Amino acid sequence: MSSTDIGTFHSVARTPYASSAEAEPPVTSNPADGPAWSNVKAPDARSQQSSTVTVTNGRRALKVFLSNPNALFGTSFLVFVIVIALLAPVLYPDDPLSMVGRPFLWPGQDSAFPLGTDSLGRDVLSGILHGSRISLFVGLTATALGLTFGVLVGSLAGYFGGWVDDVLVRLIEIFQTLPSFVLLVVLVAIAQPSATTVTLAIAVISWPTVARLTRAEFRAIREKDFVMAARSLGYGHARIIFREILPNALPPIIVTSSVMVATAILMESALSFMGLGDPNVVSWGSMIGTGRELVRTAWYLTALPGLAIVFTVLALNLIGDGLNDALNPRFSQDR
Amino acid sequence: MPALVRIGRTLRRTLLQAIPTMLGIVILNFFLLQLAPGDAADVMAGEAGSATEESMAALRSRFGLDNPVLVQLMHYLNNLAHFSLGFSPRYGMPVADLIGQRLPGTLTLMAVALVIAICLGVVLGSLMATFAGRLPDRLLSIFSLLFYSIPSFWIGLMLIIFFSVKLGWLPSGGSGTIGSRLTGWSAFVDKARYMVLPATSLALFYVAIYARLTRASMLEVKNQDFVRTAYAKGLTPFGVTARHILRNALIPITTMAGMHIGGMLGGAVVVETVYSWPGLGRLAFEAVMGRDFTVLLGILLLSSLLVIIANAVVDLVHAWLDPRIGAR
Amino acid sequence: MAPLLHVDNLTIRFPRAEPVSNLSFEIAEGETLAIVGESGSGKSLTALALMQLLPRAAKVASGRIRFNGRDLLQLDAREMRRLRGSEIAMIFQEPMTSLNPVMTIGRQIAEVLKVHERLSGRAARKRAIELLELVRIPAPEKRVDDYPHQLSGGMRQRVMIAMAVACKPKLLIADEPTTALDVTIQAQVLDLLDTLRRELQMAVVLITHDLGVVSQWADKVVVMYAGRKVEQALPGDLFNDPLHPYTRGLLAASPRLKNDFHYRDGALTEIPGSIVSAAGEAGCPFRPRCDQARASCGQRVPQLTIPAPDRLVACPFTSSIKAVPHAAAFSL
Repeated sequence: MSSTDIGTFHSVARTPYASSAEAEPPVTSNPADGPAWSNVKAPDARSQQSSTVTVTNGRRALKVFLSNPNALFGTSFLVFVIVIALLAPVLYPDDPLSMVGRPFLWPGQDSAFPLGTDSLGRDVLSGILHGSRISLFVGLTATALGLTFGVLVGSLAGYFGGWVDDVLVRLIEIFQTLPSFVLLVVLVAIAQPSATTVTLAIAVISWPTVARLTRAEFRAIREKDFVMAARSLGYGHARIIFREILPNALPPIIVTSSVMVATAILMESALSFMGLGDPNVVSWGSMIGTGRELVRTAWYLTALPGLAIVFTVLALNLIGDGLNDALNPRFSQDR
Repeated sequence: MPALVRIGRTLRRTLLQAIPTMLGIVILNFFLLQLAPGDAADVMAGEAGSATEESMAALRSRFGLDNPVLVQLMHYLNNLAHFSLGFSPRYGMPVADLIGQRLPGTLTLMAVALVIAICLGVVLGSLMATFAGRLPDRLLSIFSLLFYSIPSFWIGLMLIIFFSVKLGWLPSGGSGTIGSRLTGWSAFVDKARYMVLPATSLALFYVAIYARLTRASMLEVKNQDFVRTAYAKGLTPFGVTARHILRNALIPITTMAGMHIGGMLGGAVVVETVYSWPGLGRLAFEAVMGRDFTVLLGILLLSSLLVIIANAVVDLVHAWLDPRIGAR
Repeated sequence: MAPLLHVDNLTIRFPRAEPVSNLSFEIAEGETLAIVGESGSGKSLTALALMQLLPRAAKVASGRIRFNGRDLLQLDAREMRRLRGSEIAMIFQEPMTSLNPVMTIGRQIAEVLKVHERLSGRAARKRAIELLELVRIPAPEKRVDDYPHQLSGGMRQRVMIAMAVACKPKLLIADEPTTALDVTIQAQVLDLLDTLRRELQMAVVLITHDLGVVSQWADKVVVMYAGRKVEQALPGDLFNDPLHPYTRGLLAASPRLKNDFHYRDGALTEIPGSIVSAAGEAGCPFRPRCDQARASCGQRVPQLTIPAPDRLVACPFTSSIKAVPHAAAFSL
């Protein structure tokens, strides 16, 4: 698993899935003769591709996003998880690590423990509800930190160019060459596992992707006319970076952020699975880790927390896809 | 221009680029090693059971651990130049040898996983591109998104539950039947049986990436002019896809493959742990558990080197596939 | 003698437009037919329809395309594939992007031969070299292994021509073959096409917006406007005595034909407005831009009439300018 892949995943999927609003017409009897040729008309009839920055209409993007059933499902599920995380201490005020019942109860066996108990008699449902807290906390915080640092580095590199760019690019390359998860393990092992160190470490491995993306955007936008206009008005660098360029560079960054949260959650769960998570907290990964020895008899201990991870991450990925469709201008083919 | 010249040019350029990066990684590695709690003397004392202050100090000065940082850095670099990554008291052998023992296991696992991921991903992506916008495409893309959301250690465990515990078809761990003296074909089959589940667990995440990439790439190539020319020549749809579309669409896919080596190494850590596969990943896990930072950082360094080599290979493959590269 | 190709009332529709309406024309064997019109006139779509390579959204709403006695629109996919490249071939406008960038030109030419004539690899390669020589590419044995990006635009177009004529097709469709090329290369390529036409007894549909090309190379000219044929004539007749107001406007707007017309003598005329004004017109599509339009022009689409042998025109109010004393298509 690596944060490098995530960045490419979405940048690659720029060709959007056709939404129902733009459904392709039915195939003719000769599916071979399908595609739309882009230069059917003579050259002067081809529409001019605008060389100016396409203004992302926030309202239009929101509409597209909300009309995407996948994105809606993802968002509602994520909201559901957030609600659970907030309500967990209310619904299950006891420590989820405390033994509360007979061990090895299967889900549905005892109505007091709808999802069963583990080898020490701990409530699985309580564990899952509380586990959502650490997952969301780590996911959101690590992403926020990684985004901040990554955007900062990327914008400086992209804006200033020259030796600043060279040095920063070299730094980004170093971090992208080091295998992310291995580095993560090293960092957490050195710094002693805790929620804080895990969060910081994940932030450290996730900022390079954002930095690269931001740099690319800045390099493209830097040449646009309105930036030159701002410079000629005597605006300082900071103002140009933050007020002029950054708002225009945001769309792909926003798309990447949802995927970053997904990756952070996956990484946190992997760390906890390996025993490198916060030892005082129940996490979905740690539940799977402890259930690992019991796959033959009590495999629900492994399956249930895993499903929680899968659906949460899936929800985030669906949101990411929806954001991608909403925010990236489509390639319009003339017909 | 002959392919060799183009490829040679690309290779030279790639290597020159890689050297400063590798140097940066080495230095970073060194400082991480410094930051790690405890040093070689502590580990050895731990292995011995106890030690006095004087013997610790003696150990330290003997191993040069009380020298200034820069001198230690020089020692470190010097060691590296002689291919020495340090010594592991826990395993009782040089780290380099230790890694060398475990490396082939991981490499085979990753290679098989990559092959599975690319084959499955390309097939899925081609299907998605063929039915773009319609139901099969939507379904498959949700599927691939699902694969992308599954943690590899969890799917590893679930596969064990299903194929090993419930169905008993495949073994649940290890890399070969212990104590068996199989040779030739049966040895191969035996190995393969042990490799199926771990390789699939590792590959699943990347299937999604390749499927998406193939879909996007094929859709883009499909609308190119030369595809229309190919149809105008009277080729069958299959012929056009195989010889014209895929050949061009696969170029970005192969370049992508190199970027995943780093991620796969990370995935190998958890997958090898789940399946008790004797490779670098599990060695890393053991090193973490045993707080053996020499080994751990040796693995970090070596895996970075692997990533660089993999990127170089991918650059070469790219240059070979696309005649426009390196042709200046 | 039956014509080689007979397009009969072809209509092509998109979901919200009708780019080609009731188009009919014929070509005899070995003849060069030029289809002239500005962009948006539907000429390229017509060409693609002949090859059954229309984009997915386009549908042939009505009409027939009879080639060698068979209606192409009734053929199934496999039969049409057999014709493509072997009996009907097409070359396109953009030689820079119309060749597969990762395949050598030799193999791309050989591909046509392998598919249609089942030649072996070695025989196909030999034939590919011969074809390269036929299209006058120097040192063909060396260039056969080149990749497209190593060739210039003119050479790439020659390679396209070589691919197209490899199986000696009866009909070659050339969609603006020289528009993307330098002027000097244009003449060479067109000359090559004409030579090949004579040598191979090939009919050529030459689609262009360049009237100079038409005057030199065509045996027959069809003028299209907004998807309809508005005039048809032999080139000489067309240039001496254009009948349709659109054709007159085209000729007036073209500086090259007025060899003795100096810029000091007057301004070039231009046809005001643009072709998009034809959308939604119930009557003659040219009416919004025509300076002779009358009320009745907007009511019915004018039918093609035959004012003279070998001439067709779709305008009821036109008459030969030779009959009018001081008429000038060239207003001064």
